[in-house]
Amino acid sequence: MTAVDVLVGALAIGGSALVLLAGIGVLRFPDLYARMHAATKASTLGIGLVCAAGAIGIDGGTTKILLAGVATFVTAPSAAHFIGRAAAQAEEADFELEGGGDLRTAVEDEGERPA
Amino acid sequence: MIVVAAGMLVLAGACFFARVVVGPSLADRIVALDGLVLTIVCAIVLRSISIDRDWFLDLALVVAFVGFVGTTAGARFIERRGA
Repeated sequence: MTAVDVLVGALAIGGSALVLLAGIGVLRFPDLYARMHAATKASTLGIGLVCAAGAIGIDGGTTKILLAGVATFVTAPSAAHFIGRAAAQAEEADFELEGGGDLRTAVEDEGERPA
Repeated sequence: MIVVAAGMLVLAGACFFARVVVGPSLADRIVALDGLVLTIVCAIVLRSISIDRDWFLDLALVVAFVGFVGTTAGARFIERRGA
């Protein structure tokens, strides 16, 4: 077991532990926005660590795996932003925020969106 | 060590799937499905590490992009349905 193997294993275990934390947070947190907070941040960093492990540990796959990691880093937060915006607009979520609905007034100021 | 990481991913997938089943609103289910797709991408990368081949990584790219498109489509659906 070389030093590279140990580094790859440590990065993979760290990333998987972060994804597990995201899963526990999604299962345990009380409302939609807290669950989204757990799922987005922790799993984005977790998949970054796993992709770093793959970039070190796989021969010849560095380009593809960096592309997958960068794509996830770009798309995962924006997807969570879309979901949060849609849920706040549809008033489906059972959330209680301090300070009232600033997001809701900001969304309403935009007027009718084209369907 | 890769086996330990894969076991953690199995537990995480079970947590996400439980939220998909019980989650009270549609947005909860979409968030949990997004997490499930990210877990699958992590599992594909771990499998590529353990067999030390690079052809499996194409699948990780495709699954990541399909997951993003699916999540965005679900968000648009919530917006247009209005509830």
